[in-house]
Amino acid sequence: MAFAHSIGGTLYRFSDLRTLLARASPPRSGDALAGVAAASAAERVAAQRALAELPLRHFLHEAVIPYEADEVTRLIQDRHDAAAFAPVAHMTLGGFRDWLLGAADSAALTALAPGLMPEMAAGVSKIMRLQDLVAVAAKCRVVTRFRNTIGLPGTLSIRLQPNDPVDDPRGVAAAILDGLLLGAGDAVIGVNPATDNIETTRRVLDLLDMVRTRFDIPTQSCVLAHVTTTLRAIEQGAPVDLVFQSIGGTEGVNRSFGVSLTLLAEARAAALSLKRGTLGDNVMYFETGQGSALSAEAHHGCDQQTIEARAYAVAREFAPLLVNSVVGFIGPEYLFDGKQITRAGLEDHFCGKLLGLPMGVDVCYTNHAEADQDDMDALLTLLGVAGVTYVMGVPGADDVMLAYQSTSFHDGLYVRAALGKRPAPEFAAWMERMGLDAASHAGALPLTLPDLR
Amino acid sequence: MTAPARWATLRRFTTARVALGRAGHALPTAAHLDFQEAHALARDAVHAALDPAPVAAAAAALDLAVVAVASEAPDRRAYLLRPDLGRRLRAADAQRLPAAPGAFVFVVADGLCATGVSDHAPALLRAAVPLLRAAGMSVGPVVIASQARVALGDAIGEAMGAGMLAMLIGERPGLTALDSLGVYLTAAPRRGRTDAERNCISNIRPAGLQPAAAAVKLAWLAGAARRLGETGVRLKDEQPATALPAP
Repeated sequence: MAFAHSIGGTLYRFSDLRTLLARASPPRSGDALAGVAAASAAERVAAQRALAELPLRHFLHEAVIPYEADEVTRLIQDRHDAAAFAPVAHMTLGGFRDWLLGAADSAALTALAPGLMPEMAAGVSKIMRLQDLVAVAAKCRVVTRFRNTIGLPGTLSIRLQPNDPVDDPRGVAAAILDGLLLGAGDAVIGVNPATDNIETTRRVLDLLDMVRTRFDIPTQSCVLAHVTTTLRAIEQGAPVDLVFQSIGGTEGVNRSFGVSLTLLAEARAAALSLKRGTLGDNVMYFETGQGSALSAEAHHGCDQQTIEARAYAVAREFAPLLVNSVVGFIGPEYLFDGKQITRAGLEDHFCGKLLGLPMGVDVCYTNHAEADQDDMDALLTLLGVAGVTYVMGVPGADDVMLAYQSTSFHDGLYVRAALGKRPAPEFAAWMERMGLDAASHAGALPLTLPDLR
Repeated sequence: MTAPARWATLRRFTTARVALGRAGHALPTAAHLDFQEAHALARDAVHAALDPAPVAAAAAALDLAVVAVASEAPDRRAYLLRPDLGRRLRAADAQRLPAAPGAFVFVVADGLCATGVSDHAPALLRAAVPLLRAAGMSVGPVVIASQARVALGDAIGEAMGAGMLAMLIGERPGLTALDSLGVYLTAAPRRGRTDAERNCISNIRPAGLQPAAAAVKLAWLAGAARRLGETGVRLKDEQPATALPAP
């Protein structure tokens, strides 16, 4: 279906829903690179006005990628919960924005999530300012459990990311102790392996499990290897808590990652069969990020933020413990500067939360993007106000394996203190018991490992 | 009874920024400024231009001609925003390139960070060219390319009729490694080749893979590619470890 809107005597036409969404998207380099961005500010606002008038129901009838062509579209349509959608079914997208900012409370938003399609969430985000994205996300409640409770009001969790350039166990262990001392690790202790093979994965899994059990830490561990590597590790009896995978919002981008919905379901079943969670059975961990579909030439003429929201439909199918966008990692050809990274991070968090996900954000940038620590401080603070489920914790904000900058352990301390947030309750009690905060102020290290003497 | 462990001992086990201490919840001043300095150097490195003189000198010493070309990206900003422009060769430059049918061609390119290129590319050329010649390969003129992405080599190789092409290009700078050089080897380089049709040697720098060791690896890959008739995923790096000289 075609859409149109007049601005200042010029009629702007949009040939279909995916084009309308793309032209309405706030500016970012990746959409310009893909050739789907609005050609002028006036065209963008014309698309936003046309979008605001669009009935939400329209999304049930026009897919941005055809049902026959894409298994993610099939998942979105087949899983749509009409009863959950009913309370907002009469609204336009503009009316939906007003309702989200006004009458919608936490209970209504929780009940609505299964009735929302990702394109609806992406669409409404395009007519929202940063403060709208923050305010609505802050009303969303998503709680998940494995060995602790993540996402309770008043909490903010941290993934401890102790990466090492050569997967040296002593380097990984030193970074873990550093992070624990500074309050990180309640979301997960998660290592990106430098080499994605079964031997490395098993070695690091064993190390993480040893550290966790030695100090009796109420948390979970993960080696962020490819899902097929983790499946082999499970077969070989390795201590796998969470299964990780990078995912995207089209069948094609998932193929480029070497995964399908069937493979993800198989991996989740394998992790569930281990029954390692003590408080709950959320066993999946997903990472996403705007631009991956264009990078894989699998974007079907859609804008990168709409595709990103579709990745969240993939994630929620598998009841994950954790999901985060790695917002600034992909580079300036997709998100050019601090302004674009900030907006994208808040969009991703908002869309994920609205769709019912335990949404975290890797607040990050690369050295060839026009961004710096000030931009990260601003985005971290905004996300904290928005109730972000978790952020990353990297020693000194410098990931020496992936060669990018994320948030540091200190950043986690800052945002919790500034906003009155606590770690997950089980982890907070453990930190108290171990006297970690006082120790770090005193320069002491109450946690020791045999190999680190 | 041993003394209680001190936080600072962690620094012995990793190059990561551990045991930085704390000023309230924040980084102490020295650690904060250490980071700012590293980031400043990385930012400047992204925008530094490639110094062609050391590359030209190394080529001359090897009796190789040198040609300078540029991609269609007019400046650094366009280069960062439009990777597609960085893969296209300026038409006038394509016409200036000499024919080198079937030859092994080196392209030395700025990439995302030119800092290490003018240091490590000459060393790599000095070590690799004799090895390739000894294996019976004819080495063509050296091309110096600016505002270049890896795939610019395909357009260069096509214009010259190269048999094989090694792109020596600056890698994305991190806070700890500002001078990494990468090498991408492509057999029968022509526009439209994909990354799956290349073999890569990365992290070439004094604190990583030594340029001389990288040259040995490159020569091994080139020989294997010649026997296989292609580069890319089907060409596995099975070079015996003993073939590398001791560091």
